[in-house]
Amino acid sequence: MYDVVIVGAGVVGCAAARYLSRYQLRVCVLEKAEDVCCGTSKANSAIVHAGFDAVPGSNKAKYNVRGNAMMEGLSRELDFPFRRNGSLVLCFQQGDIPRLEALCENGAKNGVPGLQILTGDEARALEPALSDSVVAALWAPSGGIVCPFNLTYALAENAAANGVEFFFDTEVQSVSHTDSGFLLKTGKGSFETRLVINAAGVMSDLLHNQVCAEQVNIVPRRGQYCLFDKCDGNLVSRTIFQLPGKMGKGVLVTPTVHGNLLVGPTAEDIPERDGTNTTAAGLETALSTAALSVPNLPVRDVITSFAGLRAHIVRENVDFLVGESVEGWFDLCGIESPGLSAAPALGQDAADWAAGKLQAAEKADFIPTRKGIVDLRALSMEERREYIAQDAAYGNIICRCEEISEGEIVDAIRRVPGAKSLDGVKRRTRAGMGRCQGGFCAPRVMEILSRELGVSPTELTKSGGASRLLSGKTKEVF
Amino acid sequence: MERFDIIVIGGGPAGLAAAIAAKKRGTERVLILERDRELGGILNQCIHSGFGLHTFGKELTGPEYAAAFIEQIVPLGIQVRLNTMVLDISQELVVTCTSRANGLEQLRADAVVLAMGCRERSRGALNIPGFRCAGIYSAGAAQRLVNMEGLMPGREAVILGSGDIGLIMARRMTMEGAKVKAVAEVLPYSGGLKRNIVQCLDDFDIPLKLSHTVVDIHGRERLEGVTIAEVDAARKPIPGTEEYISCDTLLLSVGLLPENELTRAAGIEIDRVTGGPVVSDDFSTSLPGVFACGNVLHVHDLVDFVSREAERAGESAAEYVLGKQKGQREIALRGTGGVRYTVPQRICVDSMPDSLTVRFRVAEPMRDRSIAVYCGKQRLLQKKKRVLAPGEMEFVIIKRDSIPADAKEIVVCIEED
Amino acid sequence: MERDLTCIGCPLGCALHVWWEGDVVTVTGNTCPRGAAYGRTECTAPVRRFTGTVALRGGVLPVVSVKTREDVPKDAVFAVAEAVKTLSVEAPVSIGDVICEDIAGTGVALVAAKNVARAV
Repeated sequence: MYDVVIVGAGVVGCAAARYLSRYQLRVCVLEKAEDVCCGTSKANSAIVHAGFDAVPGSNKAKYNVRGNAMMEGLSRELDFPFRRNGSLVLCFQQGDIPRLEALCENGAKNGVPGLQILTGDEARALEPALSDSVVAALWAPSGGIVCPFNLTYALAENAAANGVEFFFDTEVQSVSHTDSGFLLKTGKGSFETRLVINAAGVMSDLLHNQVCAEQVNIVPRRGQYCLFDKCDGNLVSRTIFQLPGKMGKGVLVTPTVHGNLLVGPTAEDIPERDGTNTTAAGLETALSTAALSVPNLPVRDVITSFAGLRAHIVRENVDFLVGESVEGWFDLCGIESPGLSAAPALGQDAADWAAGKLQAAEKADFIPTRKGIVDLRALSMEERREYIAQDAAYGNIICRCEEISEGEIVDAIRRVPGAKSLDGVKRRTRAGMGRCQGGFCAPRVMEILSRELGVSPTELTKSGGASRLLSGKTKEVF
Repeated sequence: MERFDIIVIGGGPAGLAAAIAAKKRGTERVLILERDRELGGILNQCIHSGFGLHTFGKELTGPEYAAAFIEQIVPLGIQVRLNTMVLDISQELVVTCTSRANGLEQLRADAVVLAMGCRERSRGALNIPGFRCAGIYSAGAAQRLVNMEGLMPGREAVILGSGDIGLIMARRMTMEGAKVKAVAEVLPYSGGLKRNIVQCLDDFDIPLKLSHTVVDIHGRERLEGVTIAEVDAARKPIPGTEEYISCDTLLLSVGLLPENELTRAAGIEIDRVTGGPVVSDDFSTSLPGVFACGNVLHVHDLVDFVSREAERAGESAAEYVLGKQKGQREIALRGTGGVRYTVPQRICVDSMPDSLTVRFRVAEPMRDRSIAVYCGKQRLLQKKKRVLAPGEMEFVIIKRDSIPADAKEIVVCIEED
Repeated sequence: MERDLTCIGCPLGCALHVWWEGDVVTVTGNTCPRGAAYGRTECTAPVRRFTGTVALRGGVLPVVSVKTREDVPKDAVFAVAEAVKTLSVEAPVSIGDVICEDIAGTGVALVAAKNVARAV
């Protein structure tokens, strides 16, 4: 019997887990994938939005602005990369300037600090790569960029360190009420709990609808992205938006915290909840739309492309569905953009509601901080030598492009929850995320995974499930 | 700080030949830094036969070819550090490297030879749409798995790109019991060597689909199939020509890129066409004391030529360390009229060898042409060629005494007969 | 009989034309004697050099690369590949070490094509 079961180990579920872990409660997280951060959290713009575009008073506005304000402190507590690089919303037509001004006023109502309208020339002075056709721009200094993987892992690891249990490959098949709460049936047995926090992303409506009278419907809204080589990471230093349209905040051009350039997303409503494939048309749209903001995008420097699904709720006045929908059932449902920005605030509220309901006391021994996997490249020669002196594996470079050492990869595997697959290692350490996309290091990482996990290389997967990397060995005598 | 006469970065065929030549030319302290666990570089996974015909007059496998050089390293007193990754080369030729055995080190060199080789273009570089499932490998990664680790990437494969590694892997996968269903090539001709098309595809009835590319990748977890389509002259897929091929493996052999991260970080001038440093006839780069050879300089198709080029680079590095002065008068050498690039890109007429081998590639397949070398309007030489192909590196030999005293620039081009 | 084929002796890839009747074989289009020899053999008794790997026990690598010391009949290549799968050898191995005197009944020896040290 759990006090709280959180469904979904994305950034929202992990945030709820982390904030709940400060209370004297028995908490677990159920995740259908093999690892933390496998759904929307792994494929998004990696942006901490300033919060100027949501409808004032909406959950989106409230949680975005609050989450944004929390992010800096959280990044220090939990040691993940976050940078407040500021954002610009571009306006290409004189006639659209009133819409830009309205956006500015909207932002002020939401409590976004420091908003300012710039002329086209002022914007180009800040960002020389911008198009000549930019006539005005909204400058939002509080916009930021974050590593969505490390944010999610940081929350999960800190939650685990404080006693939260994680169950992977554990998809919730059905939910029902019991006398004392809920029964969740999964492929790996049943879980009884007093409260549920529903953070199941694009699947969250399916759970909600099993226990709540008022039905919701989520349509996966696909966003396709192209990631550029680090040689283009300085093309812009701020996050560049275009005036938003009805499908969302449009295609952006942004640096990432790791120094790449990211372009996207498209916005297409699709029927499949696992339709994370890119399409020729989608990638073309992302690149050509981005080129309106930043002409001369060096398309030949694209190193990878990907697609993510936003959990878009279909109804009037679309907003996050947040709160206690029925007794003991807390929804964090339909968390589309700006969900990454809002996650810390959403998690904090859900945790406080659940703890309040259960009248739980805070732990005396709560560990508020977590140390991330070391980034050797950010260290001085001396600091780096110290790491290698303690563990020679930090001297052994495995991923050439990102210069990731064996020590970092082993750390990623040994953490709780730790990496079990090639993608798990990649998202935690960036090994394989560089310009060769794992061409050189994949066999080496597989060797380390096999050794550390004590499994045959032929059992290893790219991302859990049926994503086996190899079909077997070449020799019958092995 | 430990000091060396010459530090060679990379212990593959180029690095080995450069180090041996430098040592033989009279330098004392020569060090090879190799990031893998053994010398030989990519040759270790190229277990097929066909190397060394030009150098040794017989066909060797990759490891045998490498061994012929590796065996000279210890007797010659060349130092080697394996599992060592170079992180930086400073303007003062301080080489920062890291390894399990020695940790983070800084070494001082009088000369550096760049021999880091190349890497394969990835799926992302082609922006192939579809799912990002398991079972998609670069041909070289698959080659390493099969030939060095004894692991099979899959059972039914499609190969995109008819570069040599892709062709070789078609045969290797077949010999290991996999079914290779097709090799798709976006160009109307193959970039691979003829012998490989004959021996790796024709022998096994593997279809080579020219002017075709992969337009979609299916399978959420493991690859289930690919859609290929014919492309037009602009390499855009032609609607209606799509064909689904079920497979669990997609191997990409879609081009090699010289690996010049260190070179760029050191501020060395890079040739936009080759992707490698701009070099003079002695293989010196724009940073004094730094030389380059092998696939880091431009992608080769025959290792014999890598070895020869690297020997020159190694000798030049040694001569630089021993105090030989490079000539003052440097002129440009470039390709035009069907010649995509030349290596070297510069010639020091005063100090160049009596006979200079200039290597280059052509832009498209051609028949019955001549390679011509001009200085202004004056033709220095002409060499007839029955066949010219982008996949096969060409060369001309320019004699020093044929270059006019007032030469400003020398141009290599292809002419119709 | 006659046949057009591409010479594989070297990167030139000469376009050969081979005409043969009984023991009389004529090859044209070649630029060197190797081309003539290839054309003759390829049309009358085609051969291939087999290369592959053999499982290695106690080595720094799990496999060692091998080749047939001479060419084997083209038809025998798959039989050789099957036979090689079942072999294994103890490290260390040196280039030229005979791993099998007569591989798959071809009469040709299978030899190591790489030096691999013993794991310590």
